[in-house]
Amino acid sequence: MPEVLRDSQGSKHYLINLNVNGDTYTLAVKGNALLVNVLRDWLDFTGTKKGCELGDCGSCTVLIDGKPVNSCMVLAVEAEGHEITTIEGVSPSDKLDRLQESFIANAAIQCGYCTPGMILAGKALLTHNPHPTEMEVREAISGNLCRCTGYVNIVKAILAVADENPPEGGESA
Amino acid sequence: MYLPDFDYYAPPDLVEACQLVREFGNSAKILAGGTDLLHKMKHTELAPEAVISLKKLSELKGIRYLPGQGVIIGALTTQNELADSPLLHRKYRSVCEAAHNMANNQIRHIGTVGGNIVNAVPSADLPPILMVLGAKVKLVNIDGERTVPLDEFFLGVHQTIRRDDEILTEIEIPDQKTTGSTSIRFGLRKSGALAVAGAAVAVEMDGETCRSARIVLAAAAPVPMRARAAERLITGQQITPDLLEQAGAAAARESNPRDSIRGSAEYRRDLIRILTRRALHKAITEGHV
Ligand SMILES: Cc1cc2nc3c(=O)[nH]c(=O)nc-3n(C[C@H](O)[C@H](O)[C@H](O)COP(=O)(O)OP(=O)(O)OC[C@H]3O[C@@H](n4cnc5c(N)ncnc54)[C@H](O)[C@@H]3O)c2cc1C
Ligand code: FES
Ligand code: FES
Repeated sequence: MPEVLRDSQGSKHYLINLNVNGDTYTLAVKGNALLVNVLRDWLDFTGTKKGCELGDCGSCTVLIDGKPVNSCMVLAVEAEGHEITTIEGVSPSDKLDRLQESFIANAAIQCGYCTPGMILAGKALLTHNPHPTEMEVREAISGNLCRCTGYVNIVKAILAVADENPPEGGESA
Repeated sequence: MYLPDFDYYAPPDLVEACQLVREFGNSAKILAGGTDLLHKMKHTELAPEAVISLKKLSELKGIRYLPGQGVIIGALTTQNELADSPLLHRKYRSVCEAAHNMANNQIRHIGTVGGNIVNAVPSADLPPILMVLGAKVKLVNIDGERTVPLDEFFLGVHQTIRRDDEILTEIEIPDQKTTGSTSIRFGLRKSGALAVAGAAVAVEMDGETCRSARIVLAAAAPVPMRARAAERLITGQQITPDLLEQAGAAAARESNPRDSIRGSAEYRRDLIRILTRRALHKAITEGHV
């Protein structure tokens, strides 16, 4: 249970350490603070988008310990102790990740609103399954809505990275 | 969209959790995955004074087999953990399939089996398959515990026999003689859509003869509903395509679905007829799938 602080009105705040993209941020959040709002409004990770805010669209997807989840459905106080990856941290260097490059090369982006969530969902898939079938790709992004592309090029972009992966074992995407 | 303010508690063990739940009574809400609770709080359908999170209770996690008893599933097991469990794959793949086919990938990583049960909505995907497998749930409060058949758990939409101070800790699928089980659901999209209707069945076959059968329908009544007339129709009988057709029709007749934006009562009833027939055929011919 995180340390509890009280403000002048007597409201409770909880002192948490959030690990985002490898950096630790110490914050005092209220119980009702949603992870998506803390990432966007406090920490400026505005690559995490908000669409439905009800778990339906996937535009707020982040990875928590490598798994894609909707950050609009997670309390910030419950994200403590976990590794959070946002689109800003998907590539460890200042170059784009191979999957990001592939989205550009395959014209898998139109307005771009769904793109961060799509890339993180695709990334999570490729990390544990470097050679997915088209069906598995479609399933992995089934929680991410795109209003522009019709999905065809998004699926292509993810499969293109899978094709480049070494056949057996080896490094993953 | 913002949540109303509340005090947050994350008790480190079950005893402390039970104490808190007793202390706050119905002014607090229990939080598991939060995919239902936060939804309702965002729409201010609920504004609890306190939220008591179960996340720290490691004793409510994991799936194990107790020889001579059955499979024990911790209430905090997520839907994707159910879907990917090697133990469940071996014993009741039908449970994995039901979990895999619900909600969407992101929600399945956080939504729990306990939350899916306690939430008590007629379209929920996990209660029907667990009920046909004769599952029981363990409810614990500060004074003790009780184990009740899931069959007797639901009273109405969002209403169950659980008392405000009880925590659902685990689900048990007892060892059994069933030879097959499955659930089939129909949604308006493949992903992220609640079931318009669904049917789960478990059967014990002896050659061509059905020794026993359990059928539970989703979105067919205010609670997950046993289709007893359909069960009676096939129990002790030699299975024929015609009999399965009749069983489907019987389930449709005894169901009591409602009109909603997802489908009219009439449409749902026809779905129930077909889904029941198909589920029976699948469980009879393919085993626990
Ligand atoms: C986009 C989206 C899609 C969805 N699709 C589906 C679907 O296809 N099929 C389906 O069935 N559901 C679906 N749901 C509903 C929901 O995800 C599931 O019901 C889920 O299983 C709820 O689990 P949870 O752990 O998130 O519950 P929570 O929201 O944490 O809890 C739900 C309720 O149960 C209580 N509770 C939870 N755990 C316990 C416990 N151990 N003891 C006592 N009380 C407890 C809580 O107080 C609360 O009232 C969907 C939800 C969303 C947001
Ligand atoms: S904004 Fe979170 S799923 Fe749509
Ligand atoms: S590119 Fe516009 S929503 Fe996907």
